[in-house]
Amino acid sequence: MKKILLLIGFTALFAACSSSDNGSDSSGDGYDRTALLTNWADNIIIPSFENYQTKVNTLQTEIAAFTAAPTETDLQEVRTAWVEAYKAFQYVSIYEIGKAEEVNFVSCTNIYPTNTTGIEANIASGTYNFSLISQFDKQGFPALDYMINGLGADDAAIVAFYTSNGNATNYKQYLTDLAARLKTNADAIVNDWNGSYRSTFIGSNGNSVSSSVNRMVNIFVKNYEKNVRAGKVGIPAGIFSSGTTYPNKVEGYYKNDISKVLLNEAVKASQDFFNGKHFNAAETGPGLKAYLEYLNVVKSGQPLSTIINNQFTTIFNANALLNDSFSQQIFTDNSKMIAAYDQLQWNVVYFKADMMPALNITVDYVDADGD
Amino acid sequence: MIDRLNKYLTKKTETATLAFFRLAFGLMMLFSIIRFVSYGWVEKMYIKPQFHFTFYGFEWVKPLGNFTYLLFFICGLSALMVAIGYKYRIAIIVFFLSFTYIELIDKTTYLNHYYFISLVSFILIFLPANAAYSVDAYKNPLKAFQQIPSWTVDVIKLMLGIVYFYAGLAKLNSDWLIDAMPLKMWLPMSSGMPVVGEFLNQNWTHYTLSWCGAIYDLAIPFLLLYRRTRIVAFVLVVIFHVFTKMLFPIGVFPYVMIISTLIFFEAGFHKKVLQKISGLFKMNWNQFENGLIKNQSFSFSEKLKIGFLTAFMAFQLLFPFRYLLYPEELFWTEEGFRFSWRVMLMEKSGYTQFKVTDAVTKKTTYVDNSQFLTPFQEKQMSFQPDFILEYAHFLRDHYKKIGYNDPEVRVESYVALNGRLSQKYIDPNANLAKENESFKHKTWILPFNDEIKGL
Repeated sequence: MKKILLLIGFTALFAACSSSDNGSDSSGDGYDRTALLTNWADNIIIPSFENYQTKVNTLQTEIAAFTAAPTETDLQEVRTAWVEAYKAFQYVSIYEIGKAEEVNFVSCTNIYPTNTTGIEANIASGTYNFSLISQFDKQGFPALDYMINGLGADDAAIVAFYTSNGNATNYKQYLTDLAARLKTNADAIVNDWNGSYRSTFIGSNGNSVSSSVNRMVNIFVKNYEKNVRAGKVGIPAGIFSSGTTYPNKVEGYYKNDISKVLLNEAVKASQDFFNGKHFNAAETGPGLKAYLEYLNVVKSGQPLSTIINNQFTTIFNANALLNDSFSQQIFTDNSKMIAAYDQLQWNVVYFKADMMPALNITVDYVDADGD
Repeated sequence: MIDRLNKYLTKKTETATLAFFRLAFGLMMLFSIIRFVSYGWVEKMYIKPQFHFTFYGFEWVKPLGNFTYLLFFICGLSALMVAIGYKYRIAIIVFFLSFTYIELIDKTTYLNHYYFISLVSFILIFLPANAAYSVDAYKNPLKAFQQIPSWTVDVIKLMLGIVYFYAGLAKLNSDWLIDAMPLKMWLPMSSGMPVVGEFLNQNWTHYTLSWCGAIYDLAIPFLLLYRRTRIVAFVLVVIFHVFTKMLFPIGVFPYVMIISTLIFFEAGFHKKVLQKISGLFKMNWNQFENGLIKNQSFSFSEKLKIGFLTAFMAFQLLFPFRYLLYPEELFWTEEGFRFSWRVMLMEKSGYTQFKVTDAVTKKTTYVDNSQFLTPFQEKQMSFQPDFILEYAHFLRDHYKKIGYNDPEVRVESYVALNGRLSQKYIDPNANLAKENESFKHKTWILPFNDEIKGL
């Protein structure tokens, strides 16, 4: 009898000690999330944003040179700088967290198709506030695309807008303001990361819904799904419109030969993030790949990390079959666009149905008995 | 045969055992209800969602808005009344109805142990659990009996035995025994635990725990029944449930099972506990030890009751096997999966993208699930066909309301099961708006390109 009571007492004590049913089980899986977050911040996110900042600065310098004395040669320089900055943007569009989230970084940098009517109206009136949500589709890289590639049929016609056009001053001002706006955001984000945000980001190393790893993985997958898969390929190829294609909704429409380059950059950026690969270096550190391998996540006999990387290879192969101009590709053979979309889609499935549950990325907490 | 049956039905046992169970069960339920409310889950699960996944045949069960709190209050109050044995019969009926109603509101929150609680409380309606150590028997000595028919205790033991044994049977499959799935996926998630953490990443641990779990479930009802193994069995019960409690977010279930198995102990133990508690309340327990025996009567209504409970328990024995009537893999289609004590058997996750098409204009919209479902609902929906169908019907009705002509609903859906890579789950061409829920096999579930052997 005494024994039994003792046993029950023990049980109660044992149970009380182990009672951690508020979800954020602090012990977790033992993976070093601090090291993971540090690698993401120091070797991937911050260098990517700094690179982007540099490229935006160059773009701004070229635009200043162009607006000071518009020539066709200078226009070419602006275009080159624009392409470089646009490519750099593909590496930072993933990280809409912290300051970038606060300023709606992706929305005010890359909404396409751009609103040309709105841009012309802004130029005509000369007054606009880029911080307003209603102005998001009149700025960023797509707006610049229109301003340097879409105003006229050839370079001479475009340059004319900045020289002989009756409203040339306003055109120049708008171009200048677009670059300035990119720079303001880039500077704010880099400063924030180099200031207090880095430690906030790394410090949130638990596994609750609001922890950095959980949030970052959700944001990463969302960017891949919405901005890469749907935005760059799915929407123009008519996947979301019952087959009605939109050749004008491709990224870099006015330049029209860079949508493939930008897509490949974005896929590369996603793969690099997945692999924990340092920005602009061959070295890799802790990342989603290493995390999956730490947990020994094997799916149908193969490591999930290998399956996902193999799928990235398949995606690049499908992309390689596409024309540099997606508008052209949609006209000539949209099935190749759809094929590329299908391959991109597989990694959405692997991320969402295989990777996130394996990493126990919390959706929401509640009791579960696994059925 | 009839003789033996009569003899069994007239066998006696101490009322204290059933009274102990009544008290423990009532208090655990009260605690469980308070816990649920205090976590804010009433708001989160039953008030906030704009849509609820209902059980087939129980679509009429609706949440009550803010009155849901009243429902929880009634449920908690009746649990307390059951515990102390005050107006017991009314209290246990109210508890059974209110608790079951809550569980029927949304199957997203379905858990085997909630089903277990509904069943036990239903059985308790028919048992004389207030015949001793209760307010009822204290206030009215005519209702106090020291002994009651022993089948009234055995029926609870049988129910517990079914839960364990069937949970064990369900583990006898190739995923669990040969591949150590899903423990192989789950245990590493807790490998940061002190002391045992490092073992949780190791293959042999996954296999050992899988096999031990299956053997434990199958053996424990018998080990608890025999006096000589009882103490060992109870120690195992405690270790097993505390361990699962530490590894998995399974709420109050471990406590419910640990405390419930105490019913297997001898009456002397139950008496001592009850007398201690009576003492605390300055209650004279002597009047419960009055030597009176509540004999099993064989009136028509009593016969009817016993016949009904027998049929009910026979149903419990058979119902979990209904999956045999369905083609295809049980884990994949989940046809006959619930209400069968299949606990912690699967790691299943999915991804769904719904498309709604106007039948006339062919205009198609891609659905953002988070617009209609809570994250928890979306998660549960993504891999269970009946959820997918009910949600498709909800979308059909919603889009009809906003002007779509005869909306067609299709879904692109992928599911990963027990360490297999995701594969397509639902026929992407099936117009779910036109499919109906029924107990028949759902032909629009794509085949599972693998085989799980075993029960």
